[in-house]
Amino acid sequence: MNAANYLYLSALLFTIGAVGVVVRRNAIVVFMCIELMLNAANLSFVTFSRINGDLNGQVIAFFTMVVAACEVVVGLAIIVTIYRSRRSASIDDASLLKR
Amino acid sequence: MIDLAIQVGQTAKPEATLFWILAPLSVAAALGMLLVKKAVHSAILMAFVMISLAIFYIAQGAPFLGIVQVVVYTGAVMMLFLFILMLVGVDSSDSLVETIKGLRPIAITAAVGFGGLMISLLGRATLGRGAVGVEAANADGNVQGIANLLFSTYVWPFEVVSALLITAALGSMVLAHHHRIQTKPTQRELSIQRFRSGSLANAAGLPAPGVFARHNAVDVPALLPDGTAAAASVNASLKARGDVLNSSSFELGNVDTSVEEEK
Repeated sequence: MNAANYLYLSALLFTIGAVGVVVRRNAIVVFMCIELMLNAANLSFVTFSRINGDLNGQVIAFFTMVVAACEVVVGLAIIVTIYRSRRSASIDDASLLKR
Repeated sequence: MIDLAIQVGQTAKPEATLFWILAPLSVAAALGMLLVKKAVHSAILMAFVMISLAIFYIAQGAPFLGIVQVVVYTGAVMMLFLFILMLVGVDSSDSLVETIKGLRPIAITAAVGFGGLMISLLGRATLGRGAVGVEAANADGNVQGIANLLFSTYVWPFEVVSALLITAALGSMVLAHHHRIQTKPTQRELSIQRFRSGSLANAAGLPAPGVFARHNAVDVPALLPDGTAAAASVNASLKARGDVLNSSSFELGNVDTSVEEEK
């Protein structure tokens, strides 16, 4: 089996995540789609690490995981704060700056 | 398609089997994430995608990352997601009605274009040599290899990331902290307020729910001296959920005592 297959899978998952960010309206689902995109990028890091026989890619994937964990913590705190003031987790409702 | 991407030495057949079973399943789960209505179902499908990615990492000679993926993502991050889902309300399902007109066809067209671009790019790219494989780098063990890099080349990013983690923890605490705009009314103030308000009906507090000796759960309204139900005795949120039992069978005159007598 060709290791490039993992890269194809990674590209597919990234695309699906990107569609989810645009199409879904629930802030939490949008967030999960962002996580999916980060995971897809991690998969290609690990695959390239294998293709090049070098552990640097795995270390970068490790850093991505840490940053993603930080992002989740802060993002979910923001969602909870918005939910508290608006009683809604829809990303369409927080549009006061538009008017 | 010219030379299929980076020519890798044919990996062992078990890996190919694993890949061709798990990859379609994970793509299907990711697609399902977009299509299901309830956010909880999305979270479950997301957890499945993450676990299959962890298996791919382990199959590709990155066992440390595979374990970290399970512990951090499926363990901590998905737990956090589900926790917030419960906090925000499980029933907060998406309307799935597009608010911006024509957004969905545009998004799908753009995605097909982007995905096609990525895949054709990968298909045309060539490295000019086979994949090296990570076995040589993992000779002393994968964890040792990563630790060697992490604490030599990447020691400064590692420290910066620790600062980022602490900042994120503090930031989430600040964001999630609830500021009380007014001071909390004391019991004394509440009591005075009850007596000063128009009617004295609730001055002594609301009646407790339940029917003495027959049914004392919180979902049954108490009976007034004249035998009718006291609506104020049941919690308003129970009423909103429609979980309040009808107390008419306990009302005076309707009480069916025959069952008890037979016993």
